[in-house]
Amino acid sequence: MAVIDARADGAPEVIAGAPPLLHLRAVSKWFPGVQALDGVDFDLHAGEVHVLFGENGAGKSTLINIVAGALRPDAGDIRLRGQSVRFHSVHDARQRGISAVFQEFSLVPELTVEENLFLGAELTKGGFLNKPALHRRAEETLARLGFPLRPRTRVNRLSRAEQQMVEIAKALRGDLSILILDEPTAALTEHETARLFQLVQECTRQGVGIIYITHRMNEVHRIGDRITVLRDGRRVDTLSVSEASADKLVELMTGRKIEAFFPRIEHRPGDEWLAVEGLTVGDAVHGVSLTVRAGEIVGLAGLVGSGKSEVGRACFGVEPIDAGTIRFRGTPVAHPTPRAMLDAGLVYLPPDRRLEGLLLERSVRENIALAGLPLREFSGRLFLNRHRERSICARLAERLGIVPPRIERAVTFFSGGNQQKVMLAKGLTRRPKLFIMDEPTMGIDVGAKTEVYRFMKDLVEREGAGILLISSDLPEILHLTHRTYVMYRGRMRAELKGSEIAEQAILSNFFEPRTAVARG
Amino acid sequence: MANIGIATTARRAASGNALVRLVRITFVHFGVLPLLLLILVVGFGIAEPRFLSGQNIFNVARQATYLTVVSMAQMLALLTGGFDLSVGVIVAMTSVVSAKVMASIVGGEPNAVGTAIGLGILAGLGAGTTMGVVNGLGVAALNVSPFMMTLAMASIGFGLALFMTGGVPVYGMPTQFGATLGFGKVLGIPVPVYVTVVVILAMYVLLNWTRTGRYFFAIGGNIKASMLSGISARWYLFMAYVLCGFLSSLDGVMLTARLETGEANIGAAMPLRSIAACVIGGVSLRGGTGRLGSVVLAAVFIEWFENGMNLVRIQSYLQMVVLGVLLIFAVVMDEVRHRYVTKLRED
Repeated sequence: MAVIDARADGAPEVIAGAPPLLHLRAVSKWFPGVQALDGVDFDLHAGEVHVLFGENGAGKSTLINIVAGALRPDAGDIRLRGQSVRFHSVHDARQRGISAVFQEFSLVPELTVEENLFLGAELTKGGFLNKPALHRRAEETLARLGFPLRPRTRVNRLSRAEQQMVEIAKALRGDLSILILDEPTAALTEHETARLFQLVQECTRQGVGIIYITHRMNEVHRIGDRITVLRDGRRVDTLSVSEASADKLVELMTGRKIEAFFPRIEHRPGDEWLAVEGLTVGDAVHGVSLTVRAGEIVGLAGLVGSGKSEVGRACFGVEPIDAGTIRFRGTPVAHPTPRAMLDAGLVYLPPDRRLEGLLLERSVRENIALAGLPLREFSGRLFLNRHRERSICARLAERLGIVPPRIERAVTFFSGGNQQKVMLAKGLTRRPKLFIMDEPTMGIDVGAKTEVYRFMKDLVEREGAGILLISSDLPEILHLTHRTYVMYRGRMRAELKGSEIAEQAILSNFFEPRTAVARG
Repeated sequence: MANIGIATTARRAASGNALVRLVRITFVHFGVLPLLLLILVVGFGIAEPRFLSGQNIFNVARQATYLTVVSMAQMLALLTGGFDLSVGVIVAMTSVVSAKVMASIVGGEPNAVGTAIGLGILAGLGAGTTMGVVNGLGVAALNVSPFMMTLAMASIGFGLALFMTGGVPVYGMPTQFGATLGFGKVLGIPVPVYVTVVVILAMYVLLNWTRTGRYFFAIGGNIKASMLSGISARWYLFMAYVLCGFLSSLDGVMLTARLETGEANIGAAMPLRSIAACVIGGVSLRGGTGRLGSVVLAAVFIEWFENGMNLVRIQSYLQMVVLGVLLIFAVVMDEVRHRYVTKLRED
């Protein structure tokens, strides 16, 4: 069957030109409770950079995992150069020239660069490792790519950007026909990014097809040829880069007009809740100052590794402070701890809810109540007031719109969006004056996002709270914040107010100063 | 494919008869224990009529108290995501210390029975709880892994207990000690059973009605999230090992009364047996989940199972083999259940 299909379909395309390097037809994938991909078509030509665009949870990762052989589709078929194929494993896909560089590195930290490069494909001689040959090949590969890495360095000694280089070098090690890059510039400086783009161009010149995932509009235009936008597991559209404006992409991605997606939030600044001065945290943050007032949303933007997360964590007392002062509601806090800050009315929402936010195996009720248990509403001197706990949690779950509203169910059975709402409800038990939210909409669907935004609006307008919004999601920063700080490599780079908050203004502060690039 | 599989399962569950559904629900909520209990009662009940006699059940109930208390102690450590391999040695240490203190007091002053028993118990509890404190400090303050900390403690404690006794049982305790706390009965029910019931009630209140108990679950569930919720995770981690030590120690006192000697090697099988009871009772080795009732039931099950094997004359060496197999089976079934529950996310 497959063979006949291939011939029937392949023939006209061969006449028209070469068949696409890769062609996915009506590919679907289900996970328990979610349809991650729903009949998605996707094609990739040799020598093009095809950008995959979409929100977290739109199905991008599932799609590239299928192409990379890490997941098998439940329906639909995959053709490589017109031939129907099935990948049984990542290794299998690799054998056919498909390599992926994922955000989560597949490196073994304890091993050296060269050991990682050839992991799973070690050169042997008579059953033993051929270490000299391995070393030589590693040096060759790194030299060809122009990466300034020493092959015998242990990977855990490298910076994130350097690890990324190792990862890319690993992907480019063998014969390559398709390269998948999943947000490769997230941890790179502008200089390193430029180097990466050169590499990408070299690859495309050699006829490699590249699937490129990014959230950054400017990258789309810098190196993309075509863009496919995914939303909720479906392909919304495929268009050429020239016809894709930033606003159009956001609309395709969210399925809404921008104005409808982001609520307008009144800016009525009141008392100064948080004042940070000269904050220094290890190597991550140097002399950062900022303020957040009641009744306003203040953005904190910057690349991954710019130190923006650490600022939030330091204010909550989870990151040791080396220098600087923090004042909360006018009172200096010398040594913030989570408990003291919670008591004072500051709530911190960690970026990774599974890692740091939730007790996944415990019920929604227990999760919501957790931070509030020391309060009078939840417990007396000795015993918990489980009755009140239940009613308070039920009320908060309803206010946040957690569905289904079954608060005795373990959190793990809820979708990402609902899990996020559990975290917000948990914060509410403390009646926060200030909410520090680190990536509050990471990995949740569009519907839940709008609800989170509405929650923020409510918090600011009705309860007069302040919000420090730490986010990598540029549209979020652009459309929600009243003031925005931009950080670059641990330092405060800019403070933008009102109409100054524009994409170009923020992006220009994300990277190295232009002059430096020009000189380099 | 996967969704078809789930859909079929769901349909089958809906149309399947009530019994199948009951078995499923029981398995999801209580794990493998109800099934094991059923097999136990039916199997041994048929093979050996004495197994279900009132007298035998009475014996099992009394015998099971010791494992029950240690299992509850172990449960505290497991809930926080660790475990305690030194529970047996804490029992032994308590036994040796309390026996020595009692023997030396009545040796010098034969009439000071009450004082001897009181001080002996206190000394034993003090020694055992101290070991729990040290475990807690190691795990919570020094970040030693619970495995290494309690394994090392097991060696230290066993060595000390042997050193103090020279490897011989300690005799010379007042007979009243064993007569009341070991063999005594009130209203026809053995005293150890009362003690155990009190401990069960206290544990129930602790785990379900206090912040401390809630925090044990929280820390085991996600220690980072707990810290970000303002919980002093280290303090509660420490407390879990202290309480674990205290309960093990209490068990040591009861067991000493039962044996009427202080022995350095009475607790050798306890780490395994208590962990087995917890795991069979559905306490997650990943921490954060577990039911007190199931643990108690599982401890009784193990004791009853061994009693059954004794009745049908299975050698004690082989019994160890059977217990080990059972433990692996329980862990595998826990994994199966975990996967099954994940699949049920659908409903």
